[in-house]
Amino acid sequence: MIKIDHLVKNYGANRAVDDISFEVAPGEIVGLLGPNGAGKSTTMNILAGYLSSTSGRVLVDGLNVLDQPLEVKRRIGYLPEQPPLYLDMTVEEYLIFVYNLKGCTLNRTKHLQEICEVVKLTDVYKRLIKNLSKGFRQRVGIAQALIGNPPVIIFDEPTVGLDPKQIIEIRNLIRTLGRDHTVILSTHILQEVQAVCDRIIIINKGRVVADELTENINRVGASCNRYQAKICGPQREVLSMLRDRSDVVFAEALSARDGEAYVYHIESTKGIDIRKSLFYALSAKGWPLIGLETLGMNLEDIFITVVDKTDDAAEGRKQRRTGKKGPSRSAEKDIAQSILDATAAKQESIAPYEGDE
Amino acid sequence: MFAIFKKELRAYFTTPIGFVYSGVFLAVAALICAFTTLQQASYNTSTYFQYLLFTFIVLIPLLTMRLFAEERKTRTEQLLLTAPVTITGMVLGKYFAALTLFAATVLASCLNFVPLLGYTISEQAVSTSDTHIGPVGGQLVGCLLGVLLIGAAFIAIGLFISSLTENQLASAVITIGVLAVLIFIGIVAGQVNSSVVRAVLGWISVLSRYDNFSLGLFDFSALLYYVSISGVFIFLTVRVYEKRRWG
Repeated sequence: MIKIDHLVKNYGANRAVDDISFEVAPGEIVGLLGPNGAGKSTTMNILAGYLSSTSGRVLVDGLNVLDQPLEVKRRIGYLPEQPPLYLDMTVEEYLIFVYNLKGCTLNRTKHLQEICEVVKLTDVYKRLIKNLSKGFRQRVGIAQALIGNPPVIIFDEPTVGLDPKQIIEIRNLIRTLGRDHTVILSTHILQEVQAVCDRIIIINKGRVVADELTENINRVGASCNRYQAKICGPQREVLSMLRDRSDVVFAEALSARDGEAYVYHIESTKGIDIRKSLFYALSAKGWPLIGLETLGMNLEDIFITVVDKTDDAAEGRKQRRTGKKGPSRSAEKDIAQSILDATAAKQESIAPYEGDE
Repeated sequence: MFAIFKKELRAYFTTPIGFVYSGVFLAVAALICAFTTLQQASYNTSTYFQYLLFTFIVLIPLLTMRLFAEERKTRTEQLLLTAPVTITGMVLGKYFAALTLFAATVLASCLNFVPLLGYTISEQAVSTSDTHIGPVGGQLVGCLLGVLLIGAAFIAIGLFISSLTENQLASAVITIGVLAVLIFIGIVAGQVNSSVVRAVLGWISVLSRYDNFSLGLFDFSALLYYVSISGVFIFLTVRVYEKRRWG
């Protein structure tokens, strides 16, 4: 459905997107994950035809964005990072404007009504957009993208600034859309892609550092050596006992308390599961362990896992730019792949990761 | 393109700008008309139209300042540029929206001539001679056409300047400056002794080509000149957007 081929975008001397390639199959929900400034929005803007690429090409349905821009734009519904709303219009006027702008031929009243039911805008249909809350504005933005029933839908950070209930609603909505649309969404929240997407593409500094099915990323997320423990017992002694252990690299007491128990953060040596031995050690001292959970990796941790290991490859890139030979692009991907596999295998015994929402 | 045209025209009247513009335009036009014809006891409308041109310096930027600057600031241009509409279509939609409102107010201001016609009838009733009484139709039509063409060119210039900035105020002030230079350069040209400089300034001046219209003559080359100015600036606006995509 979508093919992005060696995409490069320079802003002056600044390279925002650096040789990104990926494909999206019809009906897939793909999440672009990356920190702010990673090049997610730029990639999406190019895909939607708002920006042009410096080099590389983008094909939607086999059509090149540059050769047949109108045909491609007709196939894409796009919600930019900031929803493009005219605040002086009512929701109705705005949606009718977008309907006309897209040259839509479906039955207008029926089509708009359907969309409003899907995104739950019916109650505010006659209200001015400037009087709507952030959540409703976001929904108007989503409704706008859905007009004309485009096969491809692109959402740039669709849940930013929404309250938890709205976030869940929007995620459910995206999953529903995924049944008969191809959806690409970007976010810097790991839980979001985990909750919604079939596939995750991690972008950092304009490059794809990992392109994985969500289940594989989930395993990496669970591969962690950080724990939160609730232990009843004298805080200072417990802490010094923890710090004395050879398999603990870091321990600290948090200010939080659970009844008579204190809460601790513990980080073990990489690759060692300390949970069993910790239980026995505490039990021998007579300090009951009343809670122990692994702390899932956040996005930054995954980056450290994935990005660090690609540093060698980055070195190779530099050499290649200056004309010397370095590892090829596929070799670089293999490195990322092997880390994902290795970490996943190593951590198989650890309980599945649960988001900390 | 038609969707954008309709939206822009509506936007003039959902914000105060449309009302302020047409209100001020009609009021000032009526005043000028009263001073230059009724009070002077004259049927000559060319002075009226000449003064009217001066008001364009301030009024036309009101129409054009927000066209692109606002879209850029609120980032709604992303919607227009990712919709299946060409950039030329988008620019033309906005241009014609401004032009339509402008032309509508200019035509509405023709109501000012009604009192002149009223006088004509009463004077003709008592007149015994064959001398011409009343406003000259050719002059009126010529002036109207000339004024509309100059307005169209000015709107294109304002449109272009609006596409360069995301600040409406900056857009308006720059447009006022540019239009003022274009209008006053013709007057300055008349004061210069050197014939070469006078010729150059006269060539640049937008007003110098208006003279034939004000005499009631249809000047095809002037028509072409004003339409070309509009075309050039619309083209430049399209280029601004093309370039920003690639930048």
